[in-house]
Amino acid sequence: MLAAGLSVIFGLMDVLNLAHGSFYMLGAYVGLTVLGVSGNFWLALIAAPVALGVIGALIEVVFFRRIYREGHLMQVLLTFGFTLVFVDLIRWRFGPQTHSLPTPPGLEGAVHILGVSFASYKLFVILFASVVALGLLLAWRRSRVGAILRAGVADREMLGLLGIDLKRVFTGTFAFGAALAGLAGVVVGPYLGVYPGMDESILVLVLVVVVVGGLGSIEGAILGSLLIGLANAIGPLVLGGFEAASIFAVMAIVLLVRPQGLLGRRQ
Amino acid sequence: MSRLRQLRPRRWLGQAAFLVFLLSVPAWAPNRFWINVASQALIFAIFAMSLDLLIGYAGMPSFGHAAFYAAGAYGGALWALHLSSALLPLLAVGLMAGASLALVGALALRARGIYFLMLTLAFAQVVWSVLSNNQLANVLGGDIGLISVPRPVLPFAADVSLFRPANFYFLTLTVAIIVYLALAAVVASPFGHTLEGIRENEGRMESLGYPTFRYRLAAFIIAGALAGLAGMLGGSFNFSATPATAFWTTSGLAMIAVIMGGSRSLVGPAAGAIVVVLLQLGLSSLPARGLAERWQLLLGVVFIAFVLFLPGGLYGLLRRRAA
Repeated sequence: MLAAGLSVIFGLMDVLNLAHGSFYMLGAYVGLTVLGVSGNFWLALIAAPVALGVIGALIEVVFFRRIYREGHLMQVLLTFGFTLVFVDLIRWRFGPQTHSLPTPPGLEGAVHILGVSFASYKLFVILFASVVALGLLLAWRRSRVGAILRAGVADREMLGLLGIDLKRVFTGTFAFGAALAGLAGVVVGPYLGVYPGMDESILVLVLVVVVVGGLGSIEGAILGSLLIGLANAIGPLVLGGFEAASIFAVMAIVLLVRPQGLLGRRQ
Repeated sequence: MSRLRQLRPRRWLGQAAFLVFLLSVPAWAPNRFWINVASQALIFAIFAMSLDLLIGYAGMPSFGHAAFYAAGAYGGALWALHLSSALLPLLAVGLMAGASLALVGALALRARGIYFLMLTLAFAQVVWSVLSNNQLANVLGGDIGLISVPRPVLPFAADVSLFRPANFYFLTLTVAIIVYLALAAVVASPFGHTLEGIRENEGRMESLGYPTFRYRLAAFIIAGALAGLAGMLGGSFNFSATPATAFWTTSGLAMIAVIMGGSRSLVGPAAGAIVVVLLQLGLSSLPARGLAERWQLLLGVVFIAFVLFLPGGLYGLLRRRAA
């Protein structure tokens, strides 16, 4: 989910957003706050992506629009500046400790399937993520907006010439990517916890997923997530506690065989 | 051309003045604290200059340079803790550690541009996670790192203690000057020009018969080795090697230093590094309580403002003024 957001932002806008992890963290904290006030998990689940969408749009309009011409490095540094600001703001407002989002009512227990018990919340997450992924895939392939985005990835200038308002598309994409990240932040809150630094722990995973899957492709992002998730789960069994190494190994193999990522276009 | 000639003497004058300024730091620094700050700034300057070879000259934007710094810090620390703390072997260990890790990280050379940036970032984070892995704590110290690392001992003058801030400062200054001269020679050499050619148009260089991959690999290893050297100095300066040195914020700060100073100038990144260290220190010791704790936030704001308003870097600004 997170990777899809980053991948689309990058693919379409040619912007590498290091603050993407921050959006994910901010999403979790928005969820935490809304949950604290209203006590309703589902409300938090809606509020976080909305809030992040707004934040994303603001950042795009106020900051990014000014530096598209300056090239990648400047954009990366800008987003790097943002990560520093966001993580410190969060630490300031909420403190350095780990908060836990309570598991939403009705999903606390465990479910027994074929004699194996699963925490119901994890099942919910799996289900929810699958639905979102499927929805994204459908929207990406079938809807008008999806068509515009795909066209944008393929040839940005042409899209502009066809009379599509690129500025609006860019802002929308950025906001949408941020909203996806925010949504992911809330969803993982109940079992990974909410803490300053969660932005950094996820960022590298997401980068690897995107590189493995191929940039600018939703399908690639989903495939990459599955692969890296699998490596993350199996790696420790094989290599004993070095999940990072197993992830790197997967990345190394993919890159040696296909430098542009599994489903990426030629660079 | 004539303008260049006119600028030359002024440039030499400036460099000489800067050298005198650097040499005299311990003389006028109010106390040991500031001498230590100066050492730190110089170590970071070495690190930033090595990154400039990649970013500025070879056109390889590495966001994982901290990994090689950490390799030097850990290599130096292990060597000093278990074998000997003689200076010259230690310097060699720092170089070797950075260079060998660069060989591993050379995987990233498969990619170019922004993809290269993402790969180096991911690679460095993997290095960080290995360093902070507590299963290796008996070798690498886990998330605490290696502590009570001794300072190096000078050859021929073992009684000149590097525990004294001023002495250590002169060591870092000497190394920094040597690194600067070496890098300046590298970028002025045919090798350096080839790198610039590859930056501008790799395909064409390849058609001309240059084995571009080997050139990029060599640049990556040289930069890694020099970063390792900086890391080794940093490790003995702090008496420790910690996983945090490999964290991506370290790479980010170095990159900021390079861009803020003005890439492709060596002097610019070095100056940028000094500014970053001073900024970090200045912001974290602001008199107003509360503000000082938020130095990271303020640093981020400074970076953002800088990217928005001065994308050419400080050196670029100077150059524009001079032109």
